[in-house]
Amino acid sequence: MYLNVNTHPIYCYTGGKPFDAAKPTAIFIHGVLNDHSVWILQSRYLAHHGWNVLAVDLPGHCRSAGAPPASVEAAADFVLALMDAAGLATAALVGHSFGSLIALEAASRAPERSSHLVLVGTAFPMRVSPALLEASVSAPMKALEMVNVFSRATLSPPPAALGPGTWVFGASMALGRRVLASNTRVNVFYTGFKACDSYENGLQAITQVTCPVLFVLGQADQMTPPKAAQGLIKEAKDAKVVFLPGGHQQMNETPEQMLAALAGFLKA
Amino acid sequence: MPGYSDPAFDTLALHAGAAPDPATGARAVPIYLTTSFVFESSDHAQSLFNLERAGHVYSRISNPTNAVLEQRISALEGGIGAISVASGQAALHLSVATLMGAGSHIVASTALYGGSQNLLHYTLRRFGIETTFVKPGDMDGWRAAVRPNTKLFFGETVGNPGLDVLDIPTISSIAHEAGVPLLVDATLTTPWLLKPFEHGADLIYHSATKFLSGHGTVIGGLVVDGGSFDWDAPSDKTTGAASKFPELCQPYDGFHDMVFSEESTVGAFLLRARREGLRDFGACLSPHSAWLILQGMETLPLRMARHMSNTQRVVEFLASQPFVAHVGHPMLPEHSSHALAQKLLPRGAGSVFSFDLKGSRAQGKAFVEGLKLFSHLANVGDCRSLVIHPASTTHFRMDDAALSSAGITQGTIRLSIGLEDPDDLIDDLKRALKAAEKA
Repeated sequence: MYLNVNTHPIYCYTGGKPFDAAKPTAIFIHGVLNDHSVWILQSRYLAHHGWNVLAVDLPGHCRSAGAPPASVEAAADFVLALMDAAGLATAALVGHSFGSLIALEAASRAPERSSHLVLVGTAFPMRVSPALLEASVSAPMKALEMVNVFSRATLSPPPAALGPGTWVFGASMALGRRVLASNTRVNVFYTGFKACDSYENGLQAITQVTCPVLFVLGQADQMTPPKAAQGLIKEAKDAKVVFLPGGHQQMNETPEQMLAALAGFLKA
Repeated sequence: MPGYSDPAFDTLALHAGAAPDPATGARAVPIYLTTSFVFESSDHAQSLFNLERAGHVYSRISNPTNAVLEQRISALEGGIGAISVASGQAALHLSVATLMGAGSHIVASTALYGGSQNLLHYTLRRFGIETTFVKPGDMDGWRAAVRPNTKLFFGETVGNPGLDVLDIPTISSIAHEAGVPLLVDATLTTPWLLKPFEHGADLIYHSATKFLSGHGTVIGGLVVDGGSFDWDAPSDKTTGAASKFPELCQPYDGFHDMVFSEESTVGAFLLRARREGLRDFGACLSPHSAWLILQGMETLPLRMARHMSNTQRVVEFLASQPFVAHVGHPMLPEHSSHALAQKLLPRGAGSVFSFDLKGSRAQGKAFVEGLKLFSHLANVGDCRSLVIHPASTTHFRMDDAALSSAGITQGTIRLSIGLEDPDDLIDDLKRALKAAEKA
């Protein structure tokens, strides 16, 4: 479905069920060069298990119009505006990588509007090497491959979003190419990475969060190693940490464990 | 950055999709000979059926052994995923049936395997899907053949049996201008010789019966999706008219009104192909067959290197023989695809090729019957060398005009060069040529 946010049509996947504001809502926020489709398994499950789901394409990404957010703070404001547009007083915020920082900042800006906060593959600070930042502009295909090589933890992923026979590495590469091509005016690869790299408010933000927080971390994650989340974990008031046996593609390399962690946390 | 996270082709051929079995420690891929898989609970069952969770339900739809095969070919081709099916023909049918129905149109190369030509020209026509055939090198012909209802371009990476190399970069560009994907049959090249996705193809299929399995023991097919084609794109960019592929972009009442292109930005084709095509047409691959193909793929790089070195020796030998009128391999400068093959197929244009004998039809028969190591049968891509007479076998349903269009004469002999010692193959050919000359 589309919502009008800041005068732009914004796409939200609703998990195969119509939007129903009467149900509790989970908002899924993707990372750099991703879109709503990375959350398909988790969002579709929740949508059929009592939740209202909005898996958003961030502005300027794939189906959503508007300028891609240039900072985590701007993206957090977008998420709160999205909630306004949907008529949501509260929601569970679930973010992956760049999306985890966006969820964190949104939860800190309006603590009363977050029922749960789920930070998947998170880190603070989320530094991006100058070489990778530069490559995202000068050689984006090479940079995309580097990111996916760092993100991969197995050559034999279990059945994933496309079912059995999904080659997660190839699917992630193809999605990255598609997302990059979806915006011909702004390089969303660079913009997203720059926003991650520039975000300074993480430790202050986590102290503002009042809802329960779940950290979902890949034990073999080279993009956001578990140790890089320890500062946030230490500062969180009500935190639970789950380690998954995989890398940075938690939703598709370890989909069953990801779902168990998420569904268990939201149920609790 | 070589290593586990960024492995090369030869490593992927052995490891992609497979890890030691967590239940038993078995290192080789287990063969899961089971029709069905026990649900953990009623909720688990419902979630699997509704695609809320990924897993195996019933082996017509998916199976763990087949899934390893599907991941492996995807890794080797650079795709997003694959579907294993009962044969190469089933792979072609699944591709077509997923993308279109009655009233649709395909533009295809004339240089096709006879079975593919039959399916497109006769059988699919009966179901309301028409095909226009175009010579693979006729770029204006590809453009001119496009109709408003065209849904697919299709060709073989190297045409059967004349080895016309498909100009994938140019033809895919024409296809994309027309808003349709390019499907290629990559059976004869395998990803070791050519990676069609890197040149612009959108979908690939293989008759895994041939080089992928490599030992002449199994029938199977694979469809691989490159994840590159935007199924949602308007059919006319200037007017913004609706997508040409409502099968993938509109609610499907056969699966809870699922919109496949919303479920997956890059994998809508695979979702529908498995959830509808395998479910309803049912041309699934046996896990035992999947295992045999996997066994073959483990040595694909080694075998292909030998296929190509043997082919070079045999082509050079035949080209030097006075009783041979013509050898049709792109490695020869006089072949019409020589320059394109140098560009797209630097490792070689395959080990299946044809040549023409000087002399009568009877002398051709004497040649085939004079061979001892080459087996006279209807297959290619075996580890053993093979021979056949296309006009009377694989392409026998074609009339003279269609044969000519596909580059075949009554005297054409097709060889599939195997892995034997090349000196022994040349000796066999020498003896058969002598027998033919005396006949």
